[in-house]
Amino acid sequence: MAAVASSVSGIDQATGPIKIQVDRKIFPPVGARDEQLVLSNVAFDVAPRTFLVLTGPSGCGKSTLLNIIAGLDTSFEGSIDLGGGQDRMTYIFQSPRLLPWRTVYENIALALPEGDPRLANIPSMLERVGLTQAASAYPERLSLGMQRRAALARGFILEPEILLMDEPFVSLDDPTAQSLRQLLIELWTSQPTTVIFVTHDRAEAVQLGTRILRLAPGRASVVQDISVNLTPAQRLDRAVVLAEQTRIFATP
Amino acid sequence: MAPVSTPISSTRKRVSVRASWIAGLERLGWVVASLLAFVALWQVIAVLANDVRRFPSPAAVFGTVAQLASTGALFSNITTTLWRVALAFSSAMIIGSIIGIFLGKFPRVDRFFDPWLILFLNLPAIVTITLCFIWGGMSETAAVLAVALNKIPSAAVTLREGTRALSRDLDEMALIYKFGWWRTLRHVIIPQLAPYFASAARTGLALIWKIVLVVEAFGGRGKGVGYQIYIAFGEFDVATILAYTLAFILIVQLIEFLVLQPLLERVNKWRR
Repeated sequence: MAAVASSVSGIDQATGPIKIQVDRKIFPPVGARDEQLVLSNVAFDVAPRTFLVLTGPSGCGKSTLLNIIAGLDTSFEGSIDLGGGQDRMTYIFQSPRLLPWRTVYENIALALPEGDPRLANIPSMLERVGLTQAASAYPERLSLGMQRRAALARGFILEPEILLMDEPFVSLDDPTAQSLRQLLIELWTSQPTTVIFVTHDRAEAVQLGTRILRLAPGRASVVQDISVNLTPAQRLDRAVVLAEQTRIFATP
Repeated sequence: MAPVSTPISSTRKRVSVRASWIAGLERLGWVVASLLAFVALWQVIAVLANDVRRFPSPAAVFGTVAQLASTGALFSNITTTLWRVALAFSSAMIIGSIIGIFLGKFPRVDRFFDPWLILFLNLPAIVTITLCFIWGGMSETAAVLAVALNKIPSAAVTLREGTRALSRDLDEMALIYKFGWWRTLRHVIIPQLAPYFASAARTGLALIWKIVLVVEAFGGRGKGVGYQIYIAFGEFDVATILAYTLAFILIVQLIEFLVLQPLLERVNKWRR
């Protein structure tokens, strides 16, 4: 795999920690359903270059929290301080959200401003994610795994300071998901950024995260804050990941 | 943008272009055979009717087409009518789209104006036409407006549907990747609305070219295919009526095949 050309726009500029404080988030009543408390008193800081995994059962408000951090959802009580990284933030969604009427190459290029020097990095990025042959294909002609690769490439081409990911490998077969996780570890090791990654898959949480926050079911609040100290090589070893997972999630 | 060339997809494209070329030829063969059968049937009925004035034969009608073409009347009347079609069509599409997108974007406004839209959708063409001429005088503007007004409501309804169906997911994506309004419009919004616009344009052309002739018969101000048909009606001249009709159908079909269909294909080429 070719290395991605080093950053032109200075990835090494210092940013402070991310400070997240969500006091209260409700969904307004819809029809017969009452208003619903989704998040209450969720507060944590994220040090730069942490790979933070938010985990917990479905419906515990993980995705809502991520949308709040991304600035897509602004109706909540609390405050979000991205430590100066808001202009270099990107979000890789649960579905690839590629433009079906633009080719893979164009989809990635559109994430960058016109004439941006990073446009020159697209071919090597495509090679890294194994999409060189599919550069001029339309997304709907590709498999879901390939579309997810394209979405990863689009996120990483920005060389983000903050990368938000919402279950980006869900509904893939296991080998495909595993190869994409490996790709993510490689990309993150060569381009360390602050990642906030949402998943309900415990093995995935342990394999990817340097820190795991477990959210409680029902109304989300943090129940456990764990750090994971594994090397990139250990993360690719299933036995090591499993042992670590058993240790971490021993307490229910 | 310079996408990397992919050998696989380019060979596939060449094969499919060839296949579609042969398929196109076959389709053309069927069209020709079908039309020849139609002309033959017409000839048989004309012989049986044995009334040159009220039921002219194909040969008589084609002769009239040639004669009208040689005096220049055919060409000048058709261009006049086509110009009115173009003006009415483009203004109806623009105004209808703006109204439709606006209503699709603002559900509250839509709830209020929806009955108006239904009212105008159900307004008979003859009513809009007579009222336009009464209120606007027998002017060119009134004629074009009368035609356009018949299309605006249905264009608005189609584009409203398209606007309601706009993807929120892609909207958020554009926001996160800082597309800005121009890129969002060009790469996110317009491609989603294009199929709705294309469908409104197709049905629009079919409706407008029929209504424009009625409007011209009412107040064609001495020119246009509809006015010529009106005059021919007064003289019981069926050959002239059919000659203009035939020539006009030919032109409209050419526009459909050479402009609208290639446009539709282009808009849909990314589909699986």
